[in-house]
Amino acid sequence: MQNINIDLVINLAYIAAAIMFVFGLKMLSSPATARKGNSLSATGMLLAIIATLANEIKLPWENIVVGLIIGSLIGTVAARRVEMTGMPELVALFNGFGGASSLLVGLVAVFAVGNSTFTNITIILSVLIGGVTLTGSLIAYGKLSEKMPSKAIQFSGQQLFNGALVVAILVSAVMFCMAPGIESPWLIAVIILSLVFGIMITIPIGGADMPVVIALLNSYSGLAACAAGFVLSNNLLIVSGSLVGASGLILTNIMCKAMNRSLSNVLFSGFGASKVSSATVEGEVKPITADDAYLILEAAQNVCIVPGYGMAVAQAQHVVRELSDLLSANGCEVQFAIHPVAGRMPGHMNVLLAEANVPYDQLVEMDDINPQMPTMDVAIVIGANDVVNPAANDDEGSPLYGMPVINVNQARTVFVLKRSMGSGFSGVDNPLFFGDNTRMLFGDAKDSISHIVAEFKG
Amino acid sequence: MEAIYLSFILMLSIFLGFELIAKVPSTLHTPLMSGSNAISGITVVGAITAANTGSDQLALWFGTIAVALATINVVGGYMVTDRMLAMFKKKD
Repeated sequence: MQNINIDLVINLAYIAAAIMFVFGLKMLSSPATARKGNSLSATGMLLAIIATLANEIKLPWENIVVGLIIGSLIGTVAARRVEMTGMPELVALFNGFGGASSLLVGLVAVFAVGNSTFTNITIILSVLIGGVTLTGSLIAYGKLSEKMPSKAIQFSGQQLFNGALVVAILVSAVMFCMAPGIESPWLIAVIILSLVFGIMITIPIGGADMPVVIALLNSYSGLAACAAGFVLSNNLLIVSGSLVGASGLILTNIMCKAMNRSLSNVLFSGFGASKVSSATVEGEVKPITADDAYLILEAAQNVCIVPGYGMAVAQAQHVVRELSDLLSANGCEVQFAIHPVAGRMPGHMNVLLAEANVPYDQLVEMDDINPQMPTMDVAIVIGANDVVNPAANDDEGSPLYGMPVINVNQARTVFVLKRSMGSGFSGVDNPLFFGDNTRMLFGDAKDSISHIVAEFKG
Repeated sequence: MEAIYLSFILMLSIFLGFELIAKVPSTLHTPLMSGSNAISGITVVGAITAANTGSDQLALWFGTIAVALATINVVGGYMVTDRMLAMFKKKD
């Protein structure tokens, strides 16, 4: 009787935790409530952990305490130290830890005697997804932190090799389920093969496609938790894992749409490998000085700023925010137009601007800013290139054709801040630079903006 | 029957997840990712309950490491998300 009651209490706590996770995510639908939502979700997690500790512990106390302390210490240090530009690496690393944890939970479950075939299948899934997530995330971390070359690594026979890998995994999985046990050589085979598979699916993806990969690995880490939930028949793990899995999938889909590419295209082919632009861009580049730019900005009523990752790298976001404040004080309406794939991960640009104290209601999505573009007096492009390339709209031969872009060329005047003439990440020419209404402000973006800011103050 | 019951929960949660996440604005996608990292740290609950035999040393090791890794996700994920969300301010 006593046991039944404790079991009931734990399950009620799990239900409460699941409700808090759901409401926490719901509160993420607005920046105004998001922080509270995160705290609610964290409270749910605490509740779930305490409820679990109160009863079902099978691991000795000292092991649990050591694990919790070490994990908390590392987590705290990582969360405090990370620079906002380094968020993608951190998220990639966390995805990997989640995968590794599910892999280990799967392995621990193998030690139990008398597992059903269903349990054995879920154990293999947990190990497989966990393993793929672990090594895939480590490679993504390496690429994002530039500890390894970020470009796509491809070799002939890659598809064939991957196909053979999948077959080998399937065979090993079936063999394990027929004769399960911790000594089974097939278990070792599944572990090793899934680790290799994680590497193989991540190395051919590079550069501008990395946001898709992090989102996808985010989804995998959720699915890995789900699989672990099936192993242990734990509802809370299944519910939480699916929430994360769904989240990652939605973000993956958004990223793919924003680049006008299918997921399989991102996963299996390096960008621009076989594409040749038909049109060559012709025309004259019209440079402008910071002094002249100031005169135009001073008279402007509507200004939109289109930032790219280059702005954050140049640490120009603080001086850009200063310019935006001065323009607002001058009676001008300033908006920041954010392209979905600007930055290194979904929503990265918004975090970097928020760090520079740009209010979130000034950050506007591409679909909302484009209809307003013809009424913009000035559009200022800072450190962005491909996401404002008009060839994506009208040049069918361009590799970017079909990708939704911010139509800055429809603004009355466009300032492009650029170090020198050169193409963007994709290596595609940008006809925007030759437009009649485009003025190029050459030089370091931070210096140029500082100059304009000084004029405003002067 | 257990398999059916668990799959039922899986299916419903995935649908719920899609409905919830689709409403998150793109401004908050990075905190969403780090926050979901934290939620996927729920495997810590699994890691605590999974180690079955007090006797097998290897299982204990695996369990302990799993607890530590999942805790990094939980603590690090929630903290860094909070740090980011604190920066999002409305225009005054």
